[in-house]
Amino acid sequence: MTETSALVILIAAIFTNNILLTNFLGMCSFIACSRQINTSIGLGTAVTFVITCTTAINYLIYHHILAPYNLTHLSFIVFIAVIAAFVQFVEMFVERFSPRLYFALGIFLPLITVNCAILGASLFMVIRNYNFWQSAAFGLGGGLGWMAAIVLMAGLRQKMRYSNVPKPFEGVAIAMILTCVIAMAFMGFAGMVAIQ
Amino acid sequence: MADMKQPACVSCGGAGLCGGKALATLKDGSWTTNPLAVQMLGICSALAVTNRLENSLVMGAALIFVCVGSNLIVSLLRKAIPTRIRMIVEVAVIATFVIVFDQFLKAFYWDMSKQLGPYVGLIITNCIVMGRAEAFALQNPPLLSMIDGLANGIGYAVILAIIGFFRELLGAGEVMGFRLLSDGWYTPNQLMILAPGAFFALGIVIAIFNHFKGPDPEEKKQ
Repeated sequence: MTETSALVILIAAIFTNNILLTNFLGMCSFIACSRQINTSIGLGTAVTFVITCTTAINYLIYHHILAPYNLTHLSFIVFIAVIAAFVQFVEMFVERFSPRLYFALGIFLPLITVNCAILGASLFMVIRNYNFWQSAAFGLGGGLGWMAAIVLMAGLRQKMRYSNVPKPFEGVAIAMILTCVIAMAFMGFAGMVAIQ
Repeated sequence: MADMKQPACVSCGGAGLCGGKALATLKDGSWTTNPLAVQMLGICSALAVTNRLENSLVMGAALIFVCVGSNLIVSLLRKAIPTRIRMIVEVAVIATFVIVFDQFLKAFYWDMSKQLGPYVGLIITNCIVMGRAEAFALQNPPLLSMIDGLANGIGYAVILAIIGFFRELLGAGEVMGFRLLSDGWYTPNQLMILAPGAFFALGIVIAIFNHFKGPDPEEKKQ
């Protein structure tokens, strides 16, 4: 892939290649935690922070430790270990230094380890051969895009409480249909910027 | 669930082949508590790889393999794993099986491996595998755990195949590369192959499941 500037990747990862709406990553917590706008903003912030840092860390580990020693087949297990360790570290750090932030974010942190958007961003970073700044921008954009999607969704679901949904569609089914509509709306951004 | 006070069998401590629990486990995993349509686990990959039936089948096979394997190992180790670090042990076991499958795909089916891209690796964070290891394999004997893994894997694979079939049929007019809906009267609906089609298809499948099983009790409360 020829050099795409980090800024282009950042914008593309938010709008045209939204990690949730086009790559379907992070669906589980997207469905489970999108009932309240406040909750979703908290979770979105935590995800954005973790995804940016872990993508950058994983980039360094992959290109400076795994690749030179031909250990790339271990990348899955190393990536997930880095993510789990990082989340644990952030949790302890936040708990020690900012109890208020801990109560706002803390409950979401364990959820993040199993959020596939985080691991997915690291895997995409390898597959697409990003350099360091591109990786970090992709992580940040992915996180912001995910947050945008979940906050939009939470807003819609709060409104939906007053609407009359057909019986079999109640709950997750209608959420999927809503996501379909949001995804279609995001397709309107296509052509603005393009990455692979 | 079968009564536990039956004479013990060697492999799993129940009577006969898993004390008659085998069938119940199989049914629970693949229908009553279907991981995808009822518990909403593992949705990410279910949406991403179902643009073609072929991909869906490979992904289903991958999940069955990983789920059975990791359930077996976790169950064998269940008395040795300290509770506090069980998560990381489970992840390590699961990641090992995923790496095995990924290397297998890369060695023998390079095209398929390319198409599935990162989603094979993402089986590690697939909540189904983790969920079964955590909720079932840690409490149950190896053979029964394997059956549970198999059941959940099948439950997942079947839904994947259904979604994959309809998305490929409506989106490209083809199934497994064979043209079923001819160009003359059917214009392929590209949207079904793209992302929104995936959400739509899964929404419909869940709604159909709900229709036959009655709505999810947890949703009702709210």
